[in-house]
Parts: sequence; structure tokens; C-alpha cells
Amino acid sequence: MNAKNASPKISIEKLVKEFDGKTVLKDISLSVDAGQSLCIIGTSGCGKSVTLKCLLGLITPSGGSIKVDGLEMVGQTRSQREATLKKFGMTFQFGALFDSLPIWQNIMFRPLQQGDVTRQAAREEALHIATQLGLRADVIDQFPAELSGGMQKRVALGRAIADKPEILLFDEPTSGLDPITGGVIDNLILDAVKRLGATALTISHDMASVRRIADVVAMIHEGRIIWCGPASKMHESGIPEVDQFVHGHPEGPLTNKKTVTQQKAQA
Amino acid sequence: MLNFIANIGKASLNFLASIGRLTLFAAAAIRWTIFPPYYGKQLLRQMLDIGFYSLPVVGLTTLFSGMVLALQSYTGFARFSAEDTVATVVVLSVTRELGPVLAGLMVAGRIGASMAAEIGTMRVTDQIDALDTLSTRPMQYLVAPRLLAGTLCLPILVLIGDIIGVLGGYLVGVYQLGFNPGVYLSRTMEFLEISDVTLGLIKAAVFGFLIALMGCYHGYNSGRGAEGVGHATTNAVVSSSILILISNYLVTALFFG
Ligand SMILES: Nc1ncnc2c1ncn2[C@@H]1O[C@H](COP(=O)(O)OP(=O)(O)OP(=O)(O)O)[C@@H](O)[C@H]1O
Ligand SMILES: [Mg+2]
Repeated sequence: MNAKNASPKISIEKLVKEFDGKTVLKDISLSVDAGQSLCIIGTSGCGKSVTLKCLLGLITPSGGSIKVDGLEMVGQTRSQREATLKKFGMTFQFGALFDSLPIWQNIMFRPLQQGDVTRQAAREEALHIATQLGLRADVIDQFPAELSGGMQKRVALGRAIADKPEILLFDEPTSGLDPITGGVIDNLILDAVKRLGATALTISHDMASVRRIADVVAMIHEGRIIWCGPASKMHESGIPEVDQFVHGHPEGPLTNKKTVTQQKAQA
Repeated sequence: MLNFIANIGKASLNFLASIGRLTLFAAAAIRWTIFPPYYGKQLLRQMLDIGFYSLPVVGLTTLFSGMVLALQSYTGFARFSAEDTVATVVVLSVTRELGPVLAGLMVAGRIGASMAAEIGTMRVTDQIDALDTLSTRPMQYLVAPRLLAGTLCLPILVLIGDIIGVLGGYLVGVYQLGFNPGVYLSRTMEFLEISDVTLGLIKAAVFGFLIALMGCYHGYNSGRGAEGVGHATTNAVVSSSILILISNYLVTALFFG
């Protein structure tokens, strides 16, 4: 790898976020190298989506630092963030497609708004992307409300990759999908990372999917990263919370508050 | 007792804070209306929605108001033999007062609610965040066109409403009260001044701005979930209706004399 990769693509340090006195993120520190695929796991409501939104500046952090390509993002104004925003492509947990626009304009939203393409070219490109995503050609003229959940997820993915961003953020891209469609989406993500050389941050509850797409896995628990390491070492973390999550056991430290406090007392 | 005073204090602080937030929101929205890029397609869509599709509602409202006004003023003025002022009373009331206020209130119900619901839904489904990440300012893409469309369209709507309202008065005057058509028309024009019409149109522009502002503001700051959107919609309609009535007095007082 070249010298540029020496510093991480994204580096988050001591990120804190409070909502009306409730501290959701206490101390999140993460760094992702260029071309790496990182998966964030953690129980529902632990603050995974909030972390991604802080990274994009959609939520203002209460403290800490977020650097993208070495550039500090926290405290920047919207205009200062503009250039960095262009490096990102994001899919939201619930799709967030624009209801009032047909699918092809959804997929090509940014290029169209920036005036980078003609409408004709945009339509052709959208068709190309839709076919890659396994969508029928006639879908591109429909509206989001007419599509099934899985189709909407694919369109959202298409919108995220249409402008060939350097950094891809996926918030639960495979949740609520059948295993086959989930596998297709995983391949698309892998493909985007490989083909575009992109850096990816994926939130997922789906351990099969995590094993397929992650180079590195980070687990958030009670507002902190309790484990971060190579995906292959996920089973040997030695941390009971990670073990429970990875194996999906109903009983364990994540579901038993007492054990968690005991763990803390020991530590 | 102390508690009571503390509560009053808290409530007034909250009130001032929300006025502050609203002012900042309005300032940002106006700023992004002035600076490029301009979203012409969004503007056209909004103008069509506010201007064109509100025509039936506004037309019906002003038509019947003009008609009832002619009847009522006839009843009143006949008591001191001043029936022939009916035409003048109708045209002045409609252009200065009833046209703008009735059209404003009808549009507040129609457009204020739909703006708050649409933008609120976009908020709770992360579409506004998605806009932001796709390098498009939500203020500029969503709010600016609506504010501009509201401010431009309401005067046009009201002008049409004025004409329909006067027509309503004419129909009742001529066909029910037996006025001579020519006399009624000349009475209508005789005491009408340009300033009466412009006052109404200025009011309309203010109302249009307020309706769009409240619809966008409440939608933009909508709480989470369907309940949040419901609240946003109600708040938008109630607050814009109240603001219409308050600003109606203020504008009238400003131009009084
Ligand atoms: N805008 C907000 N205002 C107040 N609280 C919020 C807001 N957004 C998130 N939260 C709170 O932050 C916590 C973390 O939310 P987040 O959406 O990040 O969870 P998550 O880890 O993505 O969970 P899931 O796996 O269910 O999507 C939740 O308790 C939520 O109630
Ligand atoms: Mg989430």
C-alpha cells in the first residue's frame, strides 16, 4: 500500500453524544483504513445509527473528534463540510428514498442536482445500476412506495454508490430481507468496496452477513467500543458480551444487567 | 406561590426560545431563497399546488361570502335608507378584508397542513438527512421554494378571490335585491381605490409567507414517529391561522388612515 494509507481514512476519537441528558455514546474510538470494510455490531438501541450520523455531521456530537482523511469534522460549518460530504455514500436504516421522485431520479439524485449529467444520461446510468442490483428495468420509472422493502433497500444502495463515493456507510443493509436477497446485497457491498476501492462502514445484526463482508468488526456496548478486531478473530475475543452476541444466546451478560455490572467491577 | 411564578417564568422563557428558533429558521430560509442554486422545478410544483389547486376552495369561499355580505349589508343599510351603498360596502369589505383573510385561512388549512405533513414525514423517515448527505441543502431544496411560492401565489389567489367575491355580491344585488346592473357596477367602481386592492394583496403576501413558514417549520422540527407528524400538522394549521389574524390587524393598522 502507498504512503497515503499510513494515516487512517476515518478516525473517531472519544466521541460522546448526549440527548437531553441521556448519554447514548460515552466513548467511541474507531479508526478505519482506506479500502477496509468495518462492521459495527451491538444490541438494538446501543447507538450504532447515532455513530454513523455523527460521522456525517447529521447529528452534532457533544464531544470528541472525527477526522476524515486527516481533516477534523467536528465543529465545521455546513459549507466547510461540503467537500467532505461528497466523499460519502450512505444508506439509511429505513431506506429514506425520496417519495416524490421516481426510482431513476432517486438513484441519480446527486449527479442530477450537481448538474454533472444530462437527464437522458442519468436515466441510462440509473438503468445500468438498477440492472446490476438485480432490479427489473421497468422499476426505474416507478415510485418508492410501489416497491417492496427489499427492492427499496437495493435502490437505496444504488443511490449510495451512484456517485462512486470513497466512503460507504450502510445502516443495516440486509435487515428484513430474505437470506438470498441478503446474500445478493452482501455481494454488492463487497463488489462496491473492491471495485470502487471504497472504505466501508456497515452496521449489521446479521452475523452471516458480517462474516462475509467484514475485514474488521467493532462491537458497541453501553456507549463504548468493547471489542474491535479482525473478523476472523470474532470468536476468540474472550469477552462474554461479544461471545453472546456472535452466538445469539438469549442468556448472558447482554441480557443480564447484573452480570454486566459485575464485569465492570472486575475490570 | 413561588412555584407558580417559577412556572410562569419557565413558560415565558420557553415562549421566547421558540420565537428565537422560529426567527433563526425564517432567516436561514430567506437567506437560502436568495442564494443559488435555485430549484425551479420545486418552485413550480409548489406554485401549482398553492396557487392552482387552491382556486376552487378560495373561489367558493369568497363567492358565498360576497353573496352573504350583499344580503346582510342590504338588511342593515335599508334601516336608514342607505341601500345604494351595498355595492361599495361589498367591494371594500372583500378587497380590504374578507378576500385576504378567508383565502388565508382556507389555504392555511389546506397547504399549511400538507406542507407540515410532507416535510414531517421526510424528517421522520430520514429523507431530510438523506438530502443533506447527497449535497443538497434541505433548507434550500424544501423550504425556500415553499416560502417563495406561498408569498407569490397568495396575492394572485386573493386577486381572483376578490373578483369572484364581488361577482357574488353583484349576483345577489342584481338578481335578488333588484339593483340595476349598470348602477351596481358603477357603484362598485366609484369609491374603490387602488390602495384598497393593494392593501389586500400585501396582506395576502404576508399570509402566504406565514402559512408556508409555519408549515415548513413544524414539519422540519417534527417529533419522531407518526405521532410527531400528526402534532406538526396540527401545530402548523393552528399557529398559521392565529398568525394570520394577528398580522391582519398589524398590517391594517400600519396602513390605516
Ligand atoms: N434524535 C434523537 N433524539 C433523542 N434520542 C435519540 C435520537 N436518535 C437516537 N436517539 C436515542 O439514541 C439511542 C441509540 O439510537 P440508535 O438509533 O443509534 O440505535 P441503534 O444502535 O442504531 O439501534 P438499532 O439496532 O435498533 O437500529 C436510542 O436510545 C435512541 O432512543
Ligand atoms: Mg439503527
